[in-house]
Amino acid sequence: MKLKNLKKLALTGNEAAAYAMKQINPDVVAAYPITPSTEIVQIFSKYVADGEVDTEFVPVESEHSAMSVCIGASAAGARVMTATASQGLALMHEMLYIASSLRLPIVMVVGNRALSAPINIHADHSDAMGSRDSGWMQMFCENPNEVYHTVIMAVKIAEKANLPCMVEMDGFITTHEMEMVETLDDKEVQEFVKKRIPLYSVLNVEEPITIGALDLFDYYFEHKRGQVEAVFKAKKIISEVVKEYNTKFGFNFPDFVEEYETEDAEICVVAMSSAAGTLKEAIDLKRESGIKIGLIRIKTFRPFPYEILRERLRKFKAVGVMDRAETMSTLGGPLSIEIKASLYPLDKKPVIQNFIFGLGGREFSLEDAFHVIEIIENIKKGKKYDDVLYIGIRE
Amino acid sequence: MKLKNWKELPEGAIIKNTPTSPEFKTGEWKTKEPYYHAEKCTHCLLCWLYCPDSVITVKNKKIDVFLLEYCKGCGICAKICPVNAIEMREVEL
Repeated sequence: MKLKNLKKLALTGNEAAAYAMKQINPDVVAAYPITPSTEIVQIFSKYVADGEVDTEFVPVESEHSAMSVCIGASAAGARVMTATASQGLALMHEMLYIASSLRLPIVMVVGNRALSAPINIHADHSDAMGSRDSGWMQMFCENPNEVYHTVIMAVKIAEKANLPCMVEMDGFITTHEMEMVETLDDKEVQEFVKKRIPLYSVLNVEEPITIGALDLFDYYFEHKRGQVEAVFKAKKIISEVVKEYNTKFGFNFPDFVEEYETEDAEICVVAMSSAAGTLKEAIDLKRESGIKIGLIRIKTFRPFPYEILRERLRKFKAVGVMDRAETMSTLGGPLSIEIKASLYPLDKKPVIQNFIFGLGGREFSLEDAFHVIEIIENIKKGKKYDDVLYIGIRE
Repeated sequence: MKLKNWKELPEGAIIKNTPTSPEFKTGEWKTKEPYYHAEKCTHCLLCWLYCPDSVITVKNKKIDVFLLEYCKGCGICAKICPVNAIEMREVEL
């Protein structure tokens, strides 16, 4: 149920992210362009040049500096946003940990792209998975409309949790895909995100503080324990903010997982981002021939919703987990490893089949999705496969 | 001093009640430390200006005491002194 007539705009994922940033009107944006997220910064810099936002825009010479500027500005109490992808996210790596450890609620849009070598500019989740232990929240969006709304929600989530948050979408597939986006008014966005109330500010001369000081064997461990507690607490904040957004504007966005046709399903497939769209189509068609399959799309990968997945996946006979990244551990993709770990305490658990797909932007076609579903159906019937299967590869 | 547990620490690992540096005695690992010949000193205060650890203190525009618990033994004070009033001597372990 929509509460009002929303203004519909045809936008790509990048345009949707930039438009949301414009309406949020952050205090500081520091960024360095990189394919496929370049347009976000490019479009936003035009908003700055045209005086449509009040943002202090800092063009830097690398992503490492982009994140460093974001950290400094956020520690001063500013609302800070940026965007990157792939090698850029990798170059930010050491600064990501500093942002999260100092509890700075920076919001960063990521156009997920493969990592070199060989050099590749297309979609996979290798870049995001390199940051999965950095203490950032990570929300993966299926389409441009979800990107737009998630960017707005992420600002509030991050600032309430005092943790940084990445809003991720598949490079080119979503960053450059044009779709109808239902947008809010500037005023509605402003009223929703409100003003940031920082945990601290280095510019507060009344209460001088030291941040990022040397922290050795006597206190570092305690500080890390406190940080993980903040991530635990963020789960409640994510649920609350998404619920508030849905209620206020009449949407049905998922907080942690979206379920599709799972109610009567016997088997299930788990995926993130744009692949979920292809799988939904395949599920509709396969259900016509009597295969009772459902989909669970993980929206929020960090913090990892292991409690929800344990509860929702336990009823299935077989579960396929789609990974658009390798761990190079020989154990399969990151999502499947974490789902297996989540279900481990159960006495009776489904067979988990890992599928690696779409690396370097390899298309995940409807036929590939059918193939995945057929394999999961065969597993239900007792057939055995290798621990990790590669979908859409030339054997 | 009783160390705080993780629940007692401020979020973001920030340190309040600054400055805390006077509590951090950095003078433990030196091999040499300055010996001050007061009779030679002209109180030009160059050593006070150059000391990177604020070891040398000044009172009434004159060199006062050396806070050796902060001295890392770098020898800059001895090098900069124009009248050789500071001599670096081995620290007895």
